[in-house]
Amino acid sequence: MRLAKATLIWAALATAICVPIAFAAASPLLAWRGPLYILAGFAGIVALGLALVQPLLIAGYLPGLSAYRGRRVHHWIGGALVVAVVVHVGGLWITSPPDMIDALLFASPTPFSPFGVIAMWAIFAVALLAAFRRRLRLRTWRIAHMSLAVVIVVGSVVHAMLVEGPMETVSKAALCALVLAAAIKVMADLWMRRKRATPRGESLARQ
Amino acid sequence: MTTLVLSRRNLLAAGSSVLAAGISGLLLPARAEGLAPTPSMSGGSNNYRKGAAIVDRIGKGGFWMSGTVRRAGDGAPLAGQRIQIWAHTTEGQEHEPQSHGATLTDKDGKFRLEMPQIIPIFGQPHGHLAYDSGEFQTVFLRPVMRSAKETSLEAHFVLQPA
Repeated sequence: MRLAKATLIWAALATAICVPIAFAAASPLLAWRGPLYILAGFAGIVALGLALVQPLLIAGYLPGLSAYRGRRVHHWIGGALVVAVVVHVGGLWITSPPDMIDALLFASPTPFSPFGVIAMWAIFAVALLAAFRRRLRLRTWRIAHMSLAVVIVVGSVVHAMLVEGPMETVSKAALCALVLAAAIKVMADLWMRRKRATPRGESLARQ
Repeated sequence: MTTLVLSRRNLLAAGSSVLAAGISGLLLPARAEGLAPTPSMSGGSNNYRKGAAIVDRIGKGGFWMSGTVRRAGDGAPLAGQRIQIWAHTTEGQEHEPQSHGATLTDKDGKFRLEMPQIIPIFGQPHGHLAYDSGEFQTVFLRPVMRSAKETSLEAHFVLQPA
């Protein structure tokens, strides 16, 4: 029974990420794009998929991974997210330098660009903070990582939804909804756990 | 020495002339400005190649880019103006030479150029147009298609003398 549940969870996760990628891979738009432009686009889709995996890993929702292992994988996927974003932005820059420069300078006519650029800086900031994590107080680290995670999730989802590209609309919307839902669920759980943890001391003292 | 006579008639005449001058002063410049010039759009000049040749059609065609060119102020149509057009199409990327072409406006200030189907690039299906011939101030436009399925796109220029 537990095995069936574990299989189901992993299969659902794989479907949520692979179906949008498969639809995008079948897009007729790819026929008129160079290999680098295609690679840059898919790096963006992969990054969106990884944004779904990240909260599930850290909250321990993925069966078969111990808390320690889940955290280790979360770190590695965080690194992969940085690489995916660099490939996404770098590939688009080489494809059309003026459009990418406009986006990075917040001078782009496309409404989705600032959301993507802000999410990118938030991803880089989390990676940088994570590198110096041991020098930070746990509370400082938590507040910083959580706030940046909110920026990353909201920025990425709005960015993806507004872009008109090879991604198919329904599968893209579904993946975006899951990314949002996973982040909200994990943050709400964390908040509840902490809320339950703090007043316990007080209630014990009162008895 | 002149004496200032403050009769009722004088006061009325002076007052109404001041009033008239004031109102016309407010109204007239607006009328003189008339049709405002079109500002360049952000990102409009991206992947511009100077001096695209005047062509009957860009590539194999199938998509129509059209619009008008008028003079700022009185809105008079401007004939014989060279409009340069480029986009990411089914036949090439924005920066590639075969994606660029130019056409001239007719006597009514209208232009129309057939080009390959525009497809979404950088997240939006859009075209680029430029007026860059020197007589008037340079304008770069970047109109966006309402849907990637559309087979035509319009852009309108109001130019002011350089």
